[in-house]
Amino acid sequence: MTTTTEKRFDNAQEIIKYIDALKAKKEKKLQKKSIYVCVGTGCTASGSRKVYAKFVDVIKQKGLDVAIEKIDDDDEPVKRTGCCGLCSLGPLVKVMPSGITYSHVTVDDVEEIVEKTLVNGESIERLLLTDPISHQKVERLEDATFFKNQTFYIMNEIGKSECESIEDYMARGGYLSLAKVLSMDRKEIIEIIKASGLRGRGGGGFPTGLKWEAAYNSKGDIKYIVCNADEGDPGAFMNRTLLERDPHSVLEGMIIAAYAIGAQEGYAYIRAEYPIAVEMFNKAIESAKEYGLLGDNILGTDFSLDIHVKEGAGAFVCGEETALLSSIEGKRGTPRPRPPFPAQAGLWGKPTLINNVETYGNVAKILRDGVESYRTRGVQKSPGTKMFSVTGPLNLTGIIEVQFGTTLRYILENICGGTSNGRRIKAIQIGGPSGACLPEELFDLPLDYDTLKSVGAMVGSGGIVAITDDRCMVEVARFFLDFTKRESCGKCVPCREGTMQAYNILEKFTQGKATYEDLETLEYVSEIVRTASLCGLGKTAPNPIVSTLKYFKEEYIEHIEGKCPSGMCTAFKKYIISPEKCKSCSLCARSCPNGAISGERGKPYVIDQDKCVKCGLCVTKCKFGAIELVG
Amino acid sequence: MLTRSFDKVEDILEKYGYRKEMLIKILLEIQHEYRHIPREVVNYIGVALGIPPAKIYGVITFYSQFSLNPKGEYTIMICDGTACHMEGSMNLVKVIEEEIGIRPGEVTQDLKFSLDKVGCLGACALAPAMVINGEVYGKLTPDKVREILRNIKERKAE
Repeated sequence: MTTTTEKRFDNAQEIIKYIDALKAKKEKKLQKKSIYVCVGTGCTASGSRKVYAKFVDVIKQKGLDVAIEKIDDDDEPVKRTGCCGLCSLGPLVKVMPSGITYSHVTVDDVEEIVEKTLVNGESIERLLLTDPISHQKVERLEDATFFKNQTFYIMNEIGKSECESIEDYMARGGYLSLAKVLSMDRKEIIEIIKASGLRGRGGGGFPTGLKWEAAYNSKGDIKYIVCNADEGDPGAFMNRTLLERDPHSVLEGMIIAAYAIGAQEGYAYIRAEYPIAVEMFNKAIESAKEYGLLGDNILGTDFSLDIHVKEGAGAFVCGEETALLSSIEGKRGTPRPRPPFPAQAGLWGKPTLINNVETYGNVAKILRDGVESYRTRGVQKSPGTKMFSVTGPLNLTGIIEVQFGTTLRYILENICGGTSNGRRIKAIQIGGPSGACLPEELFDLPLDYDTLKSVGAMVGSGGIVAITDDRCMVEVARFFLDFTKRESCGKCVPCREGTMQAYNILEKFTQGKATYEDLETLEYVSEIVRTASLCGLGKTAPNPIVSTLKYFKEEYIEHIEGKCPSGMCTAFKKYIISPEKCKSCSLCARSCPNGAISGERGKPYVIDQDKCVKCGLCVTKCKFGAIELVG
Repeated sequence: MLTRSFDKVEDILEKYGYRKEMLIKILLEIQHEYRHIPREVVNYIGVALGIPPAKIYGVITFYSQFSLNPKGEYTIMICDGTACHMEGSMNLVKVIEEEIGIRPGEVTQDLKFSLDKVGCLGACALAPAMVINGEVYGKLTPDKVREILRNIKERKAE
């Protein structure tokens, strides 16, 4: 909800004063009665927008929209907030000033929440979150172990920020850094970023300051700035979350970076699969323009910048920086060899600075709170925090932020509350299709760029998937190669053909047709794809194979020997008819598409295993539960 | 009919100032409008933007959001990202196949439904998930999927 009043600022002092006033106002807002409903992708999928609309209705009906005093024109009693990370519990609703938070709220709960909690300040036991670690009901989300054990730097203000409001961001100290840096020397800004030790959050962990310096040093009148929000890793959604909950923090980082390197135009490349993030970021750009923080003569200086949103169209390889630039130019997103690096010749051949969403999200805070404060978190070579998306059969899943150096075990047990199905976690897949599967012995390793690299894994964009012992590691590798084989752009042969060959071999494993020779070929093909591919996609594509071969080789061998230890690969299973339960009704034989079942009246039917295609149709037809899957 | 369709194409082209670099956005809007990218439209925008149609086909076939064949009125995107795959998204594909008789990449004869397997929808915490016409459905089970599809079928019968 943007205001209609003209609020263009044309000098830094003026906006700093204004931000101070907004801070005081926000304090007051949090002290009064209001409701915050999450409208991020996760909660929206669980129906939060209907819940939001119902709250608006009910509050109007009861005349509370008038009764509750407003601090300013925009101060509605029901507010829309961004993702707090606990998507599995959505829709989440927070009631202020008490901070009582409810999970899994439905439209039917709205009236009761308004009456009991908003008006009377009482909590409703049934809607409270049960902490899976302390087993207690928690009233305030901040008190849940899930949040208490995280380290927040860029994701502060859980569930009480108005994600669409620029004033709310400013009230949290937003745009103070921009106001400050515009009077600073460009080199000085780059030195601060270098000193902070900030590293690219997109995967590789390249020092951000050095990237900025290279773009600054490149000669040219026209320079571009690009934000990489093409988060294509299956199992990762940190960038989406940050864009939805705090789009202005990313935008401010981009504006500062543009100023530092001398760019006049910028692009945010966001996946079309993230419609809410696209909408939020577009809104953020509009309001920043309205306030004179973007556009011509920012805050009255001679620095002008335009930023556009470019939507991706579904290609994982576009997350690779040179491919992304081709895609922005409206072409096929195929990578090109580096050097020249984008910092020298990027978009339309001009010097271009390209950073990840989360990297930009750190910039304004570092400049505002200082390098010292930033470096208090994390480890020496990987300072700061990192957002991870944690999924799998765990008690709590979603987005978390922890400092570098935190262990996987800490995340799994102390934040996510262990498994939800009582099974043992045998592996963690980290870093998506470019990442690796780590066994339990490595759960105590500190998570940082260099340590992960040393065990053949990578932070990647930060997707963590917990894999329990009922899942097959060969199938996991097959799944990722299926993905990379499809997403390989086809430009270079090692990647295009290599991923296909590796996939075919893995499929032989899951179908029970592999030999020991295949195991050797698989290792050989992986090595070629890794060393000979053009871009990061191919170079890292074999990681899921290499890591599973390294840590879970016995599972491959068991597949050769005719068994899938987890029981996941159906090719190793067979359907049998229990002679005791079979009533010889012949229904299964008649329904079998392959004519694999035969028998005669009075005798139990049998399945010819050579003919059976394991479609499972007979199981659904049998009325006596006589057909079972074994193996 | 063709003239009418070009009017819409013209509107979209104008909205983006006939700029070559907006090709992907233009194609996204055309895909949204027609539920696919008709071949005659490819030639039309090729001339309008001064890009050889072969290059445009190159772009269309590169990105998974585009399709040269019509999609259904209800486009089902079943997520096969890591989290969804581990939670059994492939079983859901089977259920959908049983319910509407098409496999991923296909469209029903009456053009009501089309089914696609997609990388990741970013709704991993709600795995397994699917999206039908922009609406996300999470924590799916075979029964839930059947119910959702049957509801849509009934909605149309009315």
